[in-house]
Amino acid sequence: MVETPTAAEGLAILRTMWRIRLFEEAVEDLYGRGMMHGTMHLSIGEEAVPTGACLALKDGDQITSTHRGHGHCIAKGADLGRSMAELLAKDNGYCRGRGGSMHIADVATGNLGANGIVGGGLPIAAGAGLSNKLRGVDNVCLCFHGDGSVGEGAWHEALTLASMWDLPVVFVCENNQYGMSMPSKKAFKVENISDKAAGFGIPGETVDGNDVLAVRDAVQRAVDRARRGEGPSFIEALTYRWRGHSKSDKNLYRTKEEIQAWRDRDPIARWAAEMLDIELVTHEQLDAEQAAARQDIREAVVFGTKGEDPTVEAMMAGIYAPSPVDAFDIAKGIVA
Amino acid sequence: MGEDVGIYGGAFGVTNDLYEKLGTDRIRDTTISELGIMGAGVGAALTGMRPIVEIQFSDFLCQAMDQVVNQAAKLHFMVGGQASVPLVIRAPGGSGTGAAAQHSQSLEAWFAHVPGLKVVMPSDATDAASLLLAALEDPNPVLILEHKLLYKQSFEVPEVFPKALLGQGRIVREGTDLTIVATSIEVQRASEAAELLAADGISVEVIDPRTIKPLDLPLILASVSKTGRVLLVQEAVKFNGFMSEVAAGIAESPAFGDLQAPIRRLCGLDTPIPYSPQLERASVPQVADIVREATALVKEW
Repeated sequence: MVETPTAAEGLAILRTMWRIRLFEEAVEDLYGRGMMHGTMHLSIGEEAVPTGACLALKDGDQITSTHRGHGHCIAKGADLGRSMAELLAKDNGYCRGRGGSMHIADVATGNLGANGIVGGGLPIAAGAGLSNKLRGVDNVCLCFHGDGSVGEGAWHEALTLASMWDLPVVFVCENNQYGMSMPSKKAFKVENISDKAAGFGIPGETVDGNDVLAVRDAVQRAVDRARRGEGPSFIEALTYRWRGHSKSDKNLYRTKEEIQAWRDRDPIARWAAEMLDIELVTHEQLDAEQAAARQDIREAVVFGTKGEDPTVEAMMAGIYAPSPVDAFDIAKGIVA
Repeated sequence: MGEDVGIYGGAFGVTNDLYEKLGTDRIRDTTISELGIMGAGVGAALTGMRPIVEIQFSDFLCQAMDQVVNQAAKLHFMVGGQASVPLVIRAPGGSGTGAAAQHSQSLEAWFAHVPGLKVVMPSDATDAASLLLAALEDPNPVLILEHKLLYKQSFEVPEVFPKALLGQGRIVREGTDLTIVATSIEVQRASEAAELLAADGISVEVIDPRTIKPLDLPLILASVSKTGRVLLVQEAVKFNGFMSEVAAGIAESPAFGDLQAPIRRLCGLDTPIPYSPQLERASVPQVADIVREATALVKEW
């Protein structure tokens, strides 16, 4: 059942997708100009998955994310300025310059964090689900992960525990067709990755991950089910990353034609066209939304570049949380 | 939560009948999924719970390493202090049960090497309880390595367990000729050795750091300055072991100038723990080994 959004809702969806894309284009540009260091993994082309999925969430719901997590964070409501500041390694970034692209989190709003380890977020999501259940709240943890993580033991263990305990977890597998260079079709000899969920007694479904409403509706059904206490669900969203895995990628494992074919299925252009088709919005409104997102990103970059550099002293004081039962102040180096 | 902590009572009987008192929500049996269990602990800790994860043998921590080292230890740091991970991990370690190489290791040095973790090694029942309570009050991930041989012993315990601090060691026995720093089961063996050495006119001070990270180095240094000799005893293999860190800490400190003898380590042999009971005993320091080394240190220097 696809519920058509109002014009305002439709434009908000568009705005989120544009924010993700333009954020990442800005990151790519800053990186290319030598203003950003480290590495980053771009999700350009995959924006409909986090945008659609997070529409199904409410306050108090959690997400876990991946190394390709900018989109998840933005869709869950992360502040663009603090996110950009983090990537620019500033003290006013989400992680005070300690985490960077792969560790952006906004724990207060339920974003338990991106994760540099493939599959690392899956058992953590099960734990958040267990916590929701034991605390008697009706919140759900949405576990974003990639097709690459399906080969990890963590994937299997998390699905096993979530199933056994009927945990309120929705596993959203972003199948962008490649685990780095390994095609998911070659790696997993099932028609759909979601077919594997049946082996855990978890309902699985595959959706077009470039169709933002299809993602929203599938995740909404799964979230509703989890809130009713009926346990986890597994949703595979088929999508594609237009860019390489990371900066090291020479794209030797796929063809220009394949990339172009997926670019022709741009989730943002598609959603804009759908809204025009049903005369929900006008061209002018679409342009205005894109321009507004561009302005959001400009402001985020300004915020980020104006941040202070982090200090070693603050870093060393931030390794352990302050403890009422610790005999020493580790940060001061009194003990090893 | 952990494997067989419910009706089974735990592989070593630690949880016993707790599930009857606390229910199966809180005393939670899991599948055999160490990585999954540990991650579930991390996720629960991140979202307001105080989980205790039991890993049936500390050797199986290898299966859970990503969640311990890459997730639990680093999350507070990586997210800039937005969250903490008040996770307590309990795991039995050590040899002496004939369980051979995959069920008998002493892996504490691995974990003490990871910033963000705290590592506890109790040597008796009172400390096991007091340190567990301290670990539960700590907002950081704390790994408690319990020696399997201690499970089989009986101890007198006080009505109320004294409050313990993580990073506060204990002088088990006072002495003047030699300091022995020992961990876990070796604290007991060192104490027995000290008893025998006393009969031989050698006065030994025995120190139990109790937590190896954070480490109560000041307590050790003060003792070394007092006695002028130090023997460092651990069950784990010598190379890159915890006592190497203690030795370095002494060598780097002014207490080094108070030494009358070289710092000496008595550790497990650099071998996987073997099955044969003779070989197993020979692989880790026993009371007689401690007596021999201590006597040599005092007599030669």
